[in-house]
Amino acid sequence: MRFREGDRVRVRADDRAGHVRTPAYIRGKSGWVAAAHGEFRNPESLAYGDEGLPKQPLYLVGFRQTDVWPRYPGRPTDTLYVDVYEHWLSPEEGSA
Amino acid sequence: MSQGHGHGHDEHAPIRHDGHSSPLARRARALEALLTEKGVLTPADIRSAIDALVSRTPADGAKLVARAWVDPAFKARLLADPKAAAAELGIDLTSYARLGVVENTDKVHHVVVCTLCSCYPRMLLGPPPAWYKSLNYRARTVADPRGVMREFGLELPPKVEVRVLDSTADMRYLVLPRRPPGTEHVSEAELRSLVTRDSMIGVSDPPAATGSCLT
Repeated sequence: MRFREGDRVRVRADDRAGHVRTPAYIRGKSGWVAAAHGEFRNPESLAYGDEGLPKQPLYLVGFRQTDVWPRYPGRPTDTLYVDVYEHWLSPEEGSA
Repeated sequence: MSQGHGHGHDEHAPIRHDGHSSPLARRARALEALLTEKGVLTPADIRSAIDALVSRTPADGAKLVARAWVDPAFKARLLADPKAAAAELGIDLTSYARLGVVENTDKVHHVVVCTLCSCYPRMLLGPPPAWYKSLNYRARTVADPRGVMREFGLELPPKVEVRVLDSTADMRYLVLPRRPPGTEHVSEAELRSLVTRDSMIGVSDPPAATGSCLT
């Protein structure tokens, strides 16, 4: 597990085809690790008949809605939480 | 269920096979034929798997919610380890995906969506409703959750944090809705009937207790 609860992270902005479990709308966005769920077989290779190994840590990542949608119509305190596999995350620049 | 299943033979349009199945349906049938031909599965395996998938109903979720409303210690166990708590009530979830239970309060309101497909806590709610799988719900819930909930009749105060959960991976989420006001003296069995499927997805709150429940 590379990240811990509370760490600031950025979702990779990769544009990849195929079975990908990271939705496009959060790619390149910054948030924080809200929980570490443990390790799971990687669905991105599992989907193609592979073993899904090595297992990938999965995190619940929180975002401020206003960081995801510049014209978010709700309240500035509203949030969005998405489950993201570790290989899609990097430490946010400027954070430890 | 006020209407019994009568066996009168009302007139209706004859059932016809239209001969035009979708490419997906044809692909599924081809896979099914291959799997049975090669002896990987029997038609009975497929039938029983489908039966198991559709046999779950929101009643199981409602059972957990009602118990959590009346028993704070159970609620704490449900939030900490949902499967173990479900097992206490005789609901066996061992063969299902990981489950998270999130609690709605006066300060935070959760709503669940799966933007990538239709991940859903089927083990506690049964198959998802058609709208949950629609592109419209999936696209709009992450970008304008308050607008979507308004369409379900739920207007949340501005001070409440709306927390959208996009279940994209190996976790499934069940919302523990707020107990409706005025139900302090309602029995656990009656509370169960107040717990709607939609309130466990988070798009609405359970209805306030009706007169008949307050007797």
